Amino acid sequence: MKAIDADVLVVGGGMAAGWAAISAAKTGASVVVVDKGFMGTSGVTAPAGPNHWWVPPDTAQREAAIRRRLETAFGLADPEWMERIIDITWRSIPELDPYYPFSGDGKGGLFRSGLRGPEYVRALRRYATDLGVRVLDHHPVLELLGRRDGSVGGAGGYDRLGGVSWRARAGAVILATGGCGFRSGLIGSYSNTGDGYLMGVEAGADLSGMEFCVSYSISPAWLSTRTLPYTGARYYDASGAEIDVPAGANRTREHLLVLADAFRAGPVHADLHEAPKALRGVVRQIQPATVAAFERRGLDMFRDRFEVKLFGEGTIRGTGGLRIVDTGCATSVPGLFAAGDAATREHIAGATSGGGAQNAAWALSSGVLSGQAAAALARRQGKGAPDAALEPLGRAGLRPAGGSRAVDRKALQKAAGDEILDLDKALRRRADGLEASARTLEDGWTEISQHLRGDGRDAVAARETAAMVATARWCNAAALARTESRGMHVREDFPRTDPRLACRQIVGGLDRIRIRPDGARQEKTGGKTIG
Amino acid sequence: MIEDILSERCTGCNACVVACPDHVLDPGVADGPPVIARVEQCQTCFLCELHCAHDAIYVAVEGPGAGTTLHHPEALIGRLRHDYGWDGSTSDPLRDFWQLGPLLREGLEISAARHARRQTRALKEAGTGQEGDDAAGYPPAKAVTDDPTA
Repeated sequence: MKAIDADVLVVGGGMAAGWAAISAAKTGASVVVVDKGFMGTSGVTAPAGPNHWWVPPDTAQREAAIRRRLETAFGLADPEWMERIIDITWRSIPELDPYYPFSGDGKGGLFRSGLRGPEYVRALRRYATDLGVRVLDHHPVLELLGRRDGSVGGAGGYDRLGGVSWRARAGAVILATGGCGFRSGLIGSYSNTGDGYLMGVEAGADLSGMEFCVSYSISPAWLSTRTLPYTGARYYDASGAEIDVPAGANRTREHLLVLADAFRAGPVHADLHEAPKALRGVVRQIQPATVAAFERRGLDMFRDRFEVKLFGEGTIRGTGGLRIVDTGCATSVPGLFAAGDAATREHIAGATSGGGAQNAAWALSSGVLSGQAAAALARRQGKGAPDAALEPLGRAGLRPAGGSRAVDRKALQKAAGDEILDLDKALRRRADGLEASARTLEDGWTEISQHLRGDGRDAVAARETAAMVATARWCNAAALARTESRGMHVREDFPRTDPRLACRQIVGGLDRIRIRPDGARQEKTGGKTIG
Repeated sequence: MIEDILSERCTGCNACVVACPDHVLDPGVADGPPVIARVEQCQTCFLCELHCAHDAIYVAVEGPGAGTTLHHPEALIGRLRHDYGWDGSTSDPLRDFWQLGPLLREGLEISAARHARRQTRALKEAGTGQEGDDAAGYPPAKAVTDDPTA
C-alpha cells in the first residue's frame, strides 16, 4: 500500500483536472493529480482540439453572447455563471503562453480561443508541474474515503504500472473524471465511464440534469474522429439516394431524426466533395488523426464515399453531472468538488448541449474555481482525520452486498450503452420504453451491486462496469421523471415544454434512486469567485 | 488498433507504455520492446505514436466500412508525428489552426444552404408552395397534375 498525502487531490487528467491542479497550486497548496491514464493523452480533450467560448471583455459583446446562449438553454442556465466562465476563460488561456505554441489568428494577432488537444493537455501538465503539482499517471481511483463527519478526506486506488494499491489523504478532493460515453467508441472516451458520478453518489453527493444525455457525433463507421470535415457532407441512404438532412443552428434534433431514419434502413454514406475548399489544405494540420483514419485504409476522404456512424456522447456532450451547490463547484458533500464533465453543465448550457466552445470554457473555469475553493478549504480545515479513521466508501464492484461471483461485464456494459444511446430510444422517449429500460438496468444493477467484485488491477474494470450501469440508470430515471420535453430531452408522450417544470432535476441514490426538483437557489457560500 | 511495435526502431524506453491512456501496453523484458498486452482496450487514438520519439509504433485502422486496412506501410510510419509537427520539422506547427472555427461554420452553412434549396424545390414540386410559385416564374410541376387529390 502506497501512501499519498496532499492538500488537494485532483482525480482525472484532462482539461478540467489540469486547470484545477494549476489553480490550487497557485495558492500554495500541495496538489497531487491521480489519473486513470496519462495526463497528456487521457480523456476527450487530448485527441480533440477544443475551441473555447471566447468573448473579449466588452460589456455589450458579453451581454449579447450570454443572451444568445440563454435563448437555447430552456430556462435552466444562469447568466451569472455564463459571465463568470467567459471571464475566467479569457484571462486564463494566456497563462499558457510559455507552454503552448500559440500561432497567428489570420488577422495579425495571436489565436488563443482554440487549442489542439495533445499540445493543450501537454501544456497544462507542464504548467502544473512547474507549479509543483505531483502527477501520478496510471493511478486509477477506485473509491473515495470518508471522514466520520460525513466529509470526504481522500481516495483509494490502484497503481496499474507499479502493481500496488494506494491510499491518499487529502484536505479536499476534486472529481474531474469526465462524463460517461458508455464505451460508444467516441474517440477519447474509453476511460470516461462515469466513475466520478458513482464515487460521488456513494459519498452522498447528488447529480443533476442526467436526462440531458442525448448527443451524438458523426464519423466514419470504423473510427470516431473529430467532426470538422463532415459539417458540409452530403449523405446517402442504403439505396444510394441522397438524404435531405436538416442542418444549421439549433436544428440538431431534426438532423438526428432524419439520420436515425436512414440508419434504420441500412448503411449511410457520406461524401465530402462539397466540403469547404480550404479544408483540404489544412485538415492534416488541424486534425492529423482524422486524416490518418482514412489514409491508413487507403482512402482519400475528399474523393471516396464512405460509411458513417453516429457515436453516442452520453453525458460528455450532454449536460448532466454531479450537482454543484456554490460558485466554488462544491458538491453537497463537504470536501468534495466537481469540475468539467463530471459536474453538471446546466448552469451554462441548460437543456441544450453546450457544444465544444461552451463546454471547453466550462471545463477550464470549473477547474479554476474548484481548484481555488478546494485549496481554500484545505487551508482552513487541514486534512481533518488521521489516515486510519478514513472509511472506504466504494461498494459495487469492490464490496458487493451478496456473495461475489462471476458477472458478465461485457453484457452489462453493452446494456448500459444500448438503453441510453440507442437512437430510437434516445430520440423518441416514452414512458413505456423508459420503464422497460429501467427494468433492464435495475436487473443489471442488482447483479452488479450484489455480486460483482474485482481485486487489484481487475478492480478498475469492475468499477468501470458498475459506474456505466449506475450512470445509465440515473440517466434513464431522470428521463422518465421529467414528464415534458425540454431542449435535448424530448418525450413523445409529453411533447410540450411545461412551464411548471422549468427547474433542474436532482437525482441521487444507489439501490433506491431518489429524484426531486431543484428548488433551492444557488447558495453563494464556500467558494469564492476570482475577482 | 496498435498493430506493431517495430523492434528495429524501438529503444525499449517504454514511453508508449506510459503515454497510452488505456493501458494497452506492458513493459517488455530487459530493454526489449513493450508488449501489446490488452489490444481490446485500444481506441485507435494514435497518441502512442505521437509520443514515440523513434516512430517505432504503428496503429492500424480496422473496422467496418470502405477501404482496406494497410499493414504498417513504410510511407506512413512516423507520418502522424510529422503531421503534428512533433518531429521538429516545423517551428510553427499550428500556423493554420485558427481556421478551425471559420471552417466549421462554413461547412455548416454549406449544409444549411443545401437543405434550404432542397426544401424550396420540394415545396414547389409538391405544389404546396404558399409563397407564390407563379410569381417565381416556375411552371407547375408535373407531380401536381398527377396528384389525385389536386
